[in-house]
Amino acid sequence: MSAEEWPLFEVFIRSKSGLHHKHAGSLHAADATMALENARDVYTRRQEGVSIWVVESRHISASDPADSDAFFEPAKDKIYRHPTFYDLPDELKHM
Amino acid sequence: MKTTHLEDNFQQKIDAEERIEPKDWMPETYRKTLIRQISQHAHSEIVGMLPEGNWITRAPTLRRKAALLAKVQDEAGHGLYLYSAAETLGVSRDTLLDELHTGKAKYSSIFNYPTISWADMGAIGWLVDGAAIMNQVPLCRASYGPYARAMVRICKEESFHQRQGFEIMLTLSKGTPVQKAMAQDALNRWWWPSLMMFGPNDAESQHTEQSVRWKIKRFTNDELRQKFVDATVPQAEILGIRIPDPDLKWNEERGHYDFGAINWDEFWQVVKGNGPCNQERMEARVKAHEEGEWVREAAMAYASKQSQKLKEQVA
Ligand SMILES: [Fe+2]
Ligand SMILES: [Fe+2]
Repeated sequence: MSAEEWPLFEVFIRSKSGLHHKHAGSLHAADATMALENARDVYTRRQEGVSIWVVESRHISASDPADSDAFFEPAKDKIYRHPTFYDLPDELKHM
Repeated sequence: MKTTHLEDNFQQKIDAEERIEPKDWMPETYRKTLIRQISQHAHSEIVGMLPEGNWITRAPTLRRKAALLAKVQDEAGHGLYLYSAAETLGVSRDTLLDELHTGKAKYSSIFNYPTISWADMGAIGWLVDGAAIMNQVPLCRASYGPYARAMVRICKEESFHQRQGFEIMLTLSKGTPVQKAMAQDALNRWWWPSLMMFGPNDAESQHTEQSVRWKIKRFTNDELRQKFVDATVPQAEILGIRIPDPDLKWNEERGHYDFGAINWDEFWQVVKGNGPCNQERMEARVKAHEEGEWVREAAMAYASKQSQKLKEQVA
């Protein structure tokens, strides 16, 4: 077994210009250059992407699912943020 | 929160078809079952590259060679997606590889059979990838998010595998009598091992019930095997070759094909390591891993030197 495991990278792919990069998966690589090349070889073999981001997984901060109720609570009672909250006459079309 | 409460919550989420994600609470047995299943699956993709890799340099045409090479590359990708999914459950890649190389972890027994003729590339794509697809399509809805997402990606890639295999079989069976005999011989050798790929009969299978409750499994082994037989018989008819089972016949009442008894002694022998190629496969894996060690170390040394240089430049 090797002394040191290559670090884990998360791979994000933009499938075509105009769209967001989207998480595609992860892989191990010695450095970012290798991570990009390997990501190209495994995640875009059928032209699935025009741009790739890789970031070492340890640099990602994530919200805690155990706290998600409290964490997302502030948005729960603000239905007035949605267009359907407003009472408008039926005659009014296209708004 | 008490564990029973957590477990109830967990099962409710699964019953409601919600997905479980890596940081969510999950029962330890769910985690262990998934690690075992996903890593076994990953190992199968990687070991599965060996029987077909055997024919890349001897493919009859450039078209066949390019397709076979692309297929084997895909299988390496599938291994990667699955290892990554297993790692989200808190097990390291090195541990997983170690378990494969020491024989602690299993991989699909089908890859312990030899590929002795070019027709085997056809039979493998058609039958082995075909059986794998039967297994994998329902796994796209598995309750564990990273596993399900890996399976979606894999299933998209698999369909070309089966089609290229079937095309090889078709070419051979429409060819000279010798070529047709090659196709028939490959079907004779791969048919029963392909049926064994779905695992023991339901009555014999220890993991099925819990896995169905956890939605890691959507169909039982026997259900999937029946689906495979029903789908494959008409395909063999198109090829004009004969499935080597005298008991195979359409059952009007059931709306399914009946088929003969599987030789489970052979299955367990191969699982236990006594198949024709178990030893050869394992030796090839271990050799590749050991001979790659200096490359992995050198790449790591280069990377840390480069980042050191970068730090010095900034300072
Ligand atoms: Fe595969
Ligand atoms: Fe495949």
